Amino acid sequence: MPLLGSVPERLAANHYDVDEEESHIEVDQDAARRTQAGPLLERVCAARVYTSQPDGSVLVQAAACLECGTCLAVAPPGVLRWHYPRGGFGIAFREG
Amino acid sequence: MEDEAFDVVVVGAGIAGCVAAYRLAEAGHSVVLIERGSAAGAKNLSGGVFYCRVMEQVFPGFVRRAPVERVITRNCISMTNATSAVTVDYRDERLAEPVNAVTVLRARLDSWLAEQCEEAGVMVMPGVRVDELLLEGGQVVGVRAGDDELRARVVIAADGVNSFLARQAGIRPTEPLENLAVGVKSVIRLPREVIEERFSLTGDEGVAYAMVGDCTQGIAGGAFLYTNTASLSLGVVLRLDDLVASGRSSSEVHDHLLAHPSVAPLIEGGELLEYGCHLTIEGGPQMARRDLTRPGLMVVGDAAGLTLNTGLTIRGMDLAAGSAIAAATAADRALRSGDLSQRAMDVYRTELDGSFVGADLATYARAPHFLESALLYRDAGPLAADVLHGVFDHDLTPRRHLVGTARSAVKSSPVSAAQLARLGLSALRSL
Repeated sequence: MPLLGSVPERLAANHYDVDEEESHIEVDQDAARRTQAGPLLERVCAARVYTSQPDGSVLVQAAACLECGTCLAVAPPGVLRWHYPRGGFGIAFREG
Repeated sequence: MEDEAFDVVVVGAGIAGCVAAYRLAEAGHSVVLIERGSAAGAKNLSGGVFYCRVMEQVFPGFVRRAPVERVITRNCISMTNATSAVTVDYRDERLAEPVNAVTVLRARLDSWLAEQCEEAGVMVMPGVRVDELLLEGGQVVGVRAGDDELRARVVIAADGVNSFLARQAGIRPTEPLENLAVGVKSVIRLPREVIEERFSLTGDEGVAYAMVGDCTQGIAGGAFLYTNTASLSLGVVLRLDDLVASGRSSSEVHDHLLAHPSVAPLIEGGELLEYGCHLTIEGGPQMARRDLTRPGLMVVGDAAGLTLNTGLTIRGMDLAAGSAIAAATAADRALRSGDLSQRAMDVYRTELDGSFVGADLATYARAPHFLESALLYRDAGPLAADVLHGVFDHDLTPRRHLVGTARSAVKSSPVSAAQLARLGLSALRSL
């Protein structure tokens, strides 16, 4: 067991204003399967937003996103549609 | 020109955005500062050491007035291995007089900066995401946020490392992965007295650790540990090309750091306050050679790629402030003359090149290349530990002079003496 708890436990200590109506991340599942981007996205994301599925598709837990942009930087072109959450939503750092 | 609402729109209430907005409001211009977080600082995260001398130019008495954590008077540079570490521990009271660097937590610092802006007459608009620049015939004339349009004579993009505005303007193309690194950071609560005792500090003194080697599992980049007043900022910075090639997960590398024998005793008993991550730019000097302006637009701070990693110091916030001062000077001149053309915006470039920001980016132009060496992250640490092990491990074999001990350590290392000499020479010239 990691020293400060699992990643989901750590994220639970953060403050989020979750946007229930709109996800700021969309995956083009065909492109994800074609480029096998799932395992890569799963690894690089420190918030474990992405989970690679056996069929090559990618599950997205956008509410956990820390908005760093790493996934967008490494994803093969066409796999991700990623922008920031709407104003006032998403992670709200209290320390930073 | 009839519906121009503001002289300046600044996008992003980080250090660059707040400094630019404050300066321009002080100079008598109407300024709006737009921030997508629900409050300034809500989206911002930094490692935490701020070489803050530049802030005295904007906010006299900054260190006394602003919510800073501790004054860095001790710097530790550590080469970590699985079971050993070689550390240079530099402590100097001169670093506190005058104050040179402080630790900060951005949620607190940035909201203070935004308050200063408000007091200077800036209209601060939190909770608004800017979607794009408004363009008319190649001239930037404002920004669009949802259905709202805000017109301005000058737009300053301080929207951070991912700057979608700089991308839209064609200033920031898709970055190659070797130019980027992801920082994964935990803020860990520990009682003040425990921190002072554990790190041998008194009063508001603080320490900054920079670590390379096994602490990132050999991935290019490094780890850091900074003392705040009653917490520690601890994390890894992983260059994206090497992280991808390693096949490792960023959060697991961060966990490896927490459990590392050099780190675990320092955080023992701590409680997690916050877990966050942030993208940073590694190739700062190269990035800064790009253009930073369009007619009516200037790009500052992280959005412009202004960061400097020299291996020993990691800087971004001071460059953000320096670039904002340069941009504000140019914007002020442009607004007064009414010339908002490309040529007027490029005064920012001249101001920047003439400041410490331009000078330091030029001085450290070769640092990113030096920091590409795998030698640094994988082989140098074990070698240094082997030499010292040979010195301190009295196993009853006859003692040898340092040169003999070093020679046999090099012989059993995968690194050749020539490679080492080249690395050393390159360090002296690049850093």
